Amino acid sequence: MSGFDYVISIGGAAGQGIATPGNILARLFARRGVHMYAYNAYQSIIRGGHSFLTVRCSDREIRTHGDVIDLIICLNQDTMNRHLEHLGPGTSVIYNSDTIEPGEATEGVQRCAMPVGELAGKGANKLMQNTVAISVACQLIGIEFSALEDVLDFQFSSKGEELVAENVRVAKAAYEHSAANFTPAEQQAPQPSEPLAVWAGNQAFAMAAAGAGVKFYCAYPMSPSTGILHWMAANARELGIMVRQVEDEISVICMTVGAAHAGCRSMCATSGGGFALMTEGVGAAGMMEVPIVVVNVQRAGPSTGVPTKTEQGDLWQVLGASQGDFPKLILAPSSPLDAFQTIPEVFNLADKYQLPAIILSDLLISDETSTIDPKVLDMQPIIDRGELITEAGDEAGNYERYKFTESGISPRALPGIPGYEHVVSTDEHMPDGVLISDEFTHPHKRRAMLEKRQSKMDGLLADLAPPTIVGAADAEVTLVAWGSTAGVIQEAIEQLAAVGVVANHLHFKWLVPFHVDEATELLSSCKRTILIENNYSGLFHRYLRGETGFTVDGHIRKYDGEPFKPHHIVAAVKEQLEGSETLSVPYEKIIV
Amino acid sequence: MSDTNATLTLKPKDFKGKVDPDWCPGCGDFGVLSGLQRAVAELGLKPHKILTVSGIGCSSNFPGFFNSYGMHTLHGRSLPHASGAKLSNHEMTVIVTGGDGDGYGIGGNHFTHTARRNLDILYLVMDNQIYGLTTGQISPTSEVGMKTKSTPHGSVELPINPIASAITNGATWVARGYTGNIKQLVSLIKAGIEHKGFALLDVFSPCVTFNKVNTYQFFRPRVQPLEDLDHDASDWKAGIEKAMVWGDEIHTGVFFETNSRLTLEEQEPVLDEGGPLAYRELGLSSEETERIVSRMM
Repeated sequence: MSGFDYVISIGGAAGQGIATPGNILARLFARRGVHMYAYNAYQSIIRGGHSFLTVRCSDREIRTHGDVIDLIICLNQDTMNRHLEHLGPGTSVIYNSDTIEPGEATEGVQRCAMPVGELAGKGANKLMQNTVAISVACQLIGIEFSALEDVLDFQFSSKGEELVAENVRVAKAAYEHSAANFTPAEQQAPQPSEPLAVWAGNQAFAMAAAGAGVKFYCAYPMSPSTGILHWMAANARELGIMVRQVEDEISVICMTVGAAHAGCRSMCATSGGGFALMTEGVGAAGMMEVPIVVVNVQRAGPSTGVPTKTEQGDLWQVLGASQGDFPKLILAPSSPLDAFQTIPEVFNLADKYQLPAIILSDLLISDETSTIDPKVLDMQPIIDRGELITEAGDEAGNYERYKFTESGISPRALPGIPGYEHVVSTDEHMPDGVLISDEFTHPHKRRAMLEKRQSKMDGLLADLAPPTIVGAADAEVTLVAWGSTAGVIQEAIEQLAAVGVVANHLHFKWLVPFHVDEATELLSSCKRTILIENNYSGLFHRYLRGETGFTVDGHIRKYDGEPFKPHHIVAAVKEQLEGSETLSVPYEKIIV
Repeated sequence: MSDTNATLTLKPKDFKGKVDPDWCPGCGDFGVLSGLQRAVAELGLKPHKILTVSGIGCSSNFPGFFNSYGMHTLHGRSLPHASGAKLSNHEMTVIVTGGDGDGYGIGGNHFTHTARRNLDILYLVMDNQIYGLTTGQISPTSEVGMKTKSTPHGSVELPINPIASAITNGATWVARGYTGNIKQLVSLIKAGIEHKGFALLDVFSPCVTFNKVNTYQFFRPRVQPLEDLDHDASDWKAGIEKAMVWGDEIHTGVFFETNSRLTLEEQEPVLDEGGPLAYRELGLSSEETERIVSRMM
């Protein structure tokens, strides 16, 4: 790889203000038009512990935090102790020499000792060490001081001009100290170009929903889904969205169903534990044929699990969500941008087929902060509500909510229209909404209504784009995956190509309904298949095999809470191609 | 929305649903159903402007027997479904119907929080102090000592006090009716619908099949309308005191009422203008889009 590709990590305890330097770096790069991807390894703790933010920046689009670290900012001794020995030649470590001992480093590691007390002055805020460190980082990679000054102004201006001036003064002193004492990094930041925007994955979900016309959003706070609630709450009044935080996830889903039935485009989000409480409500939406969109941002489970770590562990939970057999749509977007661009379509499909749609995200997608080209942020997508009756027409007085139709789709009248009064029910019912148990539990009517609902799945499948293989047609190995691993797999494929291994990529987004025929044909055409997923027992493989009867040749699985890095996949693929190994579980020596 | 029925005066029978109730003969719920039909007719409401929402249980079959828009939802979940629907279309009159098990047992958490939220909803609970549809087990309002199939030696748990709970949880109108006093019941239902805010109307509605203790014979000599007493319904302490009375005398009527709190709908600026959210134009303007993106730069 040529060009600029540089990774800065910031480590410290929760409460030491890692987020602020992270935001400053993100803005600095975005405004310069440099692509950025940040991954934060953190603990479920508000003060203390160990947090490790990795900010990778590059002159090309990146969707993984990469394999190496070029520069570490140690905000505490713990970070220094954990990471110094793993740094290689050409890297730098920045630390506050007033409070941190550097320890032994490999030859060629530049130790940038910063006398923060001397630079910041007596009685300065402890957080000033963050400003010092950021300033040194800028100086080392050749970002001119004025660019940093602009971002410091942006970051602190809401807290008063005095704080801005103080930060600029300390930053300036640190910048000059760095220029006088340290060797600049070999890689220098590119010249400024068209600025990029910065977003977090959860923000992409919220923005997409807002653009798609969501009018009701409900949630109970649960990591790592809470970012969606925060964005919605912050923008609710301006955009005319009803946003509620309520007593539990049961209430969340039921309010969402109620609001959707009354006519609002409605969404809710949670993580696996909250989704467990929601499952009965998902079935209610299926039975009453109410369109809702539910986001499950997976975290490492089971139970409370590891709240701040990622995993693709909830697949079977959503596949089996709620008792009974009913139509639903399940998908797993592969990135914030994919989610952003797909969610409007999901709302349209939920409306058209009058069913619950479940979006499987995970901590990796939802929590990542990255740059995005503002030109791709189309927030005025096509809105198609399907067969929705919003005013009285010919059917007034004779309306049947669950009318039998060829497509299985019965036109849906919103409450409030004269002559279209009807009851929707979680009990099995007849076309006019009357419960079959009110007559007598009639097997023919039960069968007909169940078939009506299920037949919607045929139309739905035909509306979804089938999977495709990306990359070389005659690859010696096809990497099969779903959801958030797409970005890291793409980079691994590039690295494999560099060492002479031709791999391509078959990625699944639409999970239910599933493109059985297309998937089977694609898989059968591959020379060799390796399935990559972030869980222990190959949950997607079990599903894929169940749907297609196809068994892949090998597996790469990771379930330690941390996401894949490209080299994990590269090493595992090589190991499997060269030997008899069929299951690789990458091991990461550095514990963040 | 056109309102073609606006000039017609409707009668209680116009609120009859597509099917007749399948409750046991003598069930107290018949009185509540006809009471509600009378009340809405007398208030001049139209079926298309009413949404009845229920959970699961004998009394939760109510929406099917009543002519209006209806949602027959999950066990215990009528209140959140109704809350979402009300916020989505706040011009509908939302009436939630159900039983004591549905509302105070499995739905107890929602009962607490819906009360404090003060949405403009009438919650009509047909309280028979027993689980009927599952053929007779104790409910959250069953009395201590009650022998049922699940408590053959008698219940040892204290019953919930729905009236006192509702008052302390923030409900702004709290009353109790008795299905054997239809005149009072109709006037309570009307007052509950007209009250702006969360209104709980707990109605003694005897289960003639499974509750052999709290029968019509039990209630008839005991019920004592608060209208006949010198009760100040604006005093929450007096309301709770009256709610705690259970014995030879049991009070009915309005225990507590206040108009001093705004409803949730009134406090939500999103609903200030533009009519029901459900009927609003979807999508963002170019200005809104630009503003959102500019904050990300």
